[in-house]
Amino acid sequence: MRALMRALMAFLRLFYQSVYLSLGQIWANKTRSILTTIGIVIGVASVTAVIAALSGLKAKILTQVETLGSNTIFISPKRPETGPLQHAPYWSIRFLPEHFDGMLEHCPSVERFGRQTWVGGHTVTHRERSADNVSVRGIEPECHKIESRPVTLGRPLSVIDEMQVRQVCLIDPKLRNDLRLDRDCIGEPILIGHNTFYIVGVLEARPESMFGGGDQETSEIFIPFRTSFKLRRYLYVGVIAESKSAEVSDDARAEISFFLRRTRNIKPGEPDTFEVQSLKNILDMFNDIALKVTLVAGGIVGISLLVGGVGIMNIMLVTVSERTREIGLRKAVGAKKSAILTQFLIEAVVLCFVGGLVGVGFGQLLTTGIANIPNVELDMAYIPLWAIGLAFGFSGTVGIFFGMFPAIKAARLDPIEALRHE
Amino acid sequence: MIAAEADKPVIRPQNDKPVIKLQDITRVYKVGVESIHALDGISLELKENEYVAVMGTSGSGKSTLMNVMGCLDRATSGYYGLDGQDTTKLSDAALARVRNERIGFVFQSFELLGQLTALKNVEMPLIYSKNGWWSRRKRAKNVLERVGLGDRIKHRPNQLSGGEKQRVAIARALVCGPSILLADEPTGNLDSKTSESIMELFDRLHHEGQTIIIVTHEEHIAHHAERIIHMKDGRVDSDITSNRVPSDKTKMQNDERGGLS
Repeated sequence: MRALMRALMAFLRLFYQSVYLSLGQIWANKTRSILTTIGIVIGVASVTAVIAALSGLKAKILTQVETLGSNTIFISPKRPETGPLQHAPYWSIRFLPEHFDGMLEHCPSVERFGRQTWVGGHTVTHRERSADNVSVRGIEPECHKIESRPVTLGRPLSVIDEMQVRQVCLIDPKLRNDLRLDRDCIGEPILIGHNTFYIVGVLEARPESMFGGGDQETSEIFIPFRTSFKLRRYLYVGVIAESKSAEVSDDARAEISFFLRRTRNIKPGEPDTFEVQSLKNILDMFNDIALKVTLVAGGIVGISLLVGGVGIMNIMLVTVSERTREIGLRKAVGAKKSAILTQFLIEAVVLCFVGGLVGVGFGQLLTTGIANIPNVELDMAYIPLWAIGLAFGFSGTVGIFFGMFPAIKAARLDPIEALRHE
Repeated sequence: MIAAEADKPVIRPQNDKPVIKLQDITRVYKVGVESIHALDGISLELKENEYVAVMGTSGSGKSTLMNVMGCLDRATSGYYGLDGQDTTKLSDAALARVRNERIGFVFQSFELLGQLTALKNVEMPLIYSKNGWWSRRKRAKNVLERVGLGDRIKHRPNQLSGGEKQRVAIARALVCGPSILLADEPTGNLDSKTSESIMELFDRLHHEGQTIIIVTHEEHIAHHAERIIHMKDGRVDSDITSNRVPSDKTKMQNDERGGLS
């Protein structure tokens, strides 16, 4: 025990001394050290920036999920990956509204669902003012409850609007501004294409969303689901549903699949022509992609660290041959092989750590840069603590790996030869 | 214990215990098929507090002898006892420890580390020693004062004169309280006046009880020593102990003591 403590103390002293000496060496050879560590700096900076971007994206998506509700399930047509329908036209596998009739009775885990249509961009006119390319969506009233978009003024769309196929609409504040409508614009008529609709409510501005598409440049208009077929005869239908709780969301997905296979007349053994995705599901997919991107970035960074490591090895070899006399002297005054080895190894590791530190600094700068690019959804980019740990871990490993050979070379020097060296 | 020894001048011990005992030491270098006998059967005995000069032309084996005595090199055959301990069978690590604790080296070209201060240079051997770590600054300071550089401890080697550099190197050799001080041409890079002052320092250290071995080829340097060993072709050519114990030495010693306190 005592011997162990002694050994530990001896190592700590040596460690302290080596760190002190190597920082001195790095300071003494500033230019050289900078050039040497550039590989490490670039490697660490790029890996931290990539991880920061992905973490930011993930954080963003998680906040989206919170606003959207984590029980949400998206149902959309999809070509199967195998079978004769692999290259079927999308139109042939579209959803029909009646596919979903009676779904609630057959799917006990589903709380509610709502059908919606994307009518596409239309020109909306109010008196002389018009707004182009307004995205028009037909929604069932249930969609309001699933997608939490509060109505700030007026009322939401109702079942009666739906039943009577009324020409009413909800608009968002952006459109109200674009059309120069009064703040209280309830009851005002507007033209969507050539059809007159009456405004019944104003929605809260859209949160920056990745789902439901688009950026904040286009404004939105919501009309009753059945009314949307008046604007265009043939429309693609999508469905959003909500499971009773997050725990049963997988059950709900299974039930919906089963139900849809029957209503869409898919025979046993044939592949699905639709997909049912929960938010959790989508998150998993994102995580999967994020992991792959991280791995690819990691590979590139690995190469960069390798190059950096070779640079470190090269410079350490130069250092060893430059300081041969010093090594000889240290050995003459009683430095053991292990002491010399540790000194040079720690010097390499310290060099790498300094590179790692500067790299993380640059990574932070890059991250700030990324976060400030407009319209890229990366404004939440940040470097997580584990990434910093990883960066240091990697650069330390590179230091040990590539510093080992020069350090062994130094430790093996014969003191007499070393002292005679010019 | 060692620290105490290094800090204060020791009373001259009068016992005749051998510090170094060499028996039939050979050192053979193999160059291709030829083998060169750098040391060809050397037997020597050095007692405590002896003051020895090793002389010889280049190629006489005096440097090899110094390397062997300094445990930097291993003898090919023979017995080498240092403080009664057989060093021929020690491991590399054990030899490093022996060099650290019992041998002080002084080199012709000083071998100071340029980016460290005088104090740090002197501290260096203590970094590698087992129990010198915590007191290293104090001990280094003391020994620098002992060689007369108490006011130069923060200077770097390039701010010191040649003589001062060599004093720092001597301080470094003494800091661990070695049994023997091995000096390889300690005045080879110095002018004659500085050489003389360095030799006076060696004389004084000898009076304080230090065992000193100086390798040199200069007669007047060698004459400071009490015993002069001439080497030739890897053998001891002559081994003369001068019984010159002049009265001026005692006088000088008193002067030094006075000057130190």
